[in-house]
Amino acid sequence: MTFFTHFGRYLLMLKGMFTRPENLKMYWKEFMHQCNDIGIGSLGIVSIISVFIGAVSAVQTSYQLVSPLIAPETIAQIVRDTVILEFAPTLVCIVLAGVIGSKIASELGNMRVSEQIDALEIMGINTKAYLILPKITAALLTIPLLVIISMVLGIWGGRLAGAASGILSADTFDRGLLLKFIPYNVTFALIKSYTFAFIISSIPAYYGYYVKGGALEIGRSSTKSVVVSCIMLLFADYVLTQMLLTH
Amino acid sequence: MIEFKNIKKSFDEKVVLDDVSHVMETGKCNLIIGTSGSGKTVLQKCLVGLFEPDSGEILYDGISFTEMDDDGRKALRQQIGMLFQGSALFDSMTVEQNVMFPLDMFAKMSSSEKLKRVNEVLDRVNLEGANKKFPAEISGGMKKRVGIARAIVLNPKYLFCDEPNSGLDPQTSMVIDKLILEITKEFNMTTVINTHDMNSVMEIGENILYMFEGHKEWTGNNEEIIFSKNEKLNQFIFASKFLQDAKDMRMLEAKGIIADDRNMEDMLNNGEEIK
Repeated sequence: MTFFTHFGRYLLMLKGMFTRPENLKMYWKEFMHQCNDIGIGSLGIVSIISVFIGAVSAVQTSYQLVSPLIAPETIAQIVRDTVILEFAPTLVCIVLAGVIGSKIASELGNMRVSEQIDALEIMGINTKAYLILPKITAALLTIPLLVIISMVLGIWGGRLAGAASGILSADTFDRGLLLKFIPYNVTFALIKSYTFAFIISSIPAYYGYYVKGGALEIGRSSTKSVVVSCIMLLFADYVLTQMLLTH
Repeated sequence: MIEFKNIKKSFDEKVVLDDVSHVMETGKCNLIIGTSGSGKTVLQKCLVGLFEPDSGEILYDGISFTEMDDDGRKALRQQIGMLFQGSALFDSMTVEQNVMFPLDMFAKMSSSEKLKRVNEVLDRVNLEGANKKFPAEISGGMKKRVGIARAIVLNPKYLFCDEPNSGLDPQTSMVIDKLILEITKEFNMTTVINTHDMNSVMEIGENILYMFEGHKEWTGNNEEIIFSKNEKLNQFIFASKFLQDAKDMRMLEAKGIIADDRNMEDMLNNGEEIK
């Protein structure tokens, strides 16, 4: 299939999600279930990688800034800005593309192959609306929250590593955090996280929903969905940075 | 009653259904039989709207399904129950939740009423006590019964079964066949069954459509099938020597050359010699 066939079918899938729900309560239940799976389920891995990302960036920044002319507070500034601008939204979302993306693709793929999607269709349920929309909306709600948590934990990780390795004291780090803080950076990171949330939920949903074959094809489509999501995510990252951060 | 006229369906260049017409009668077990690749499953999927036929018309009690809009189809589908080949139970839900799912989605009932209805249908398929089990914890036969319970929980007018006996032992197959037949009569449903199973054909085949390479080859019932002169049908039905012998016995029985099963038993009990 050509790129345009996939893209057209992807758009039709998105269009097909917007119909009147058969039972709002059941949709809400599914939405909450997905929020729990995507949000709470990913909290552990997001927390761990965020703390380490912050810690490593603090140590590496101090390693590179050896000049006595540069104030130690600068390390905190660099850690803060790199975590907010890039590490928290992009790196965390790439990890989530693997964690959530493969889960969504394999879950829907398994439902397709085992005829569970057909069973729902026969009951008169719009499966695109019932199975895909809650996943995308849950991702749009929880992933930006995870990114905010990641920002906080990343900075905290840098502070912890800085103090533990004697690079800079916690007080110096705190002072550095407040220097030349640009609130727009957080807005930019949130815009990125919403875009990435959409990408890492809708692309795997597409690959899972339209899978054909058996267990092998589920695995293949799951892998493909993660690869495509990551590429699209990095492409979107560049486009957004170009659009929103250049003057 | 489900009537379909001149159904045609192709995938790329391959013609899978070629001008198939038939009537599935209400209150009967209507069987679609045929070899693998003969178009049975595609026909059934066309009937329930999972595939769109290239041409032809499908009528549910005289109302055209092919011309219905999405809302009309959604409403009709709430009157359709389907048992899938692999049961298609939701893995993450218990038996009770699986059966309750259509009620949760469509029925305006209180929780206690829903639970009562679920227990009723589970009792009906002889699955009382299995409410809290997950699909992975039950046998193939039980899964089929849960599938039937889920299919009938909304009191459908039409029941579709895709290979209900696949992967089951002969005894369990008979239990499932009997259950489907009983439910069909009890609720006066139009039941459409895709099957390869010759026991099912003989036991519950009240209206049989034999498909061969995408077209209708023969129609009749389980009595007529024995005496059919259709060569392709005979090759399909009586493929093994055992089944051929069974057919010969039935033919001899019908001609009065040998006694029927019950008479034979009486004769054996009385010590008489069977010719």
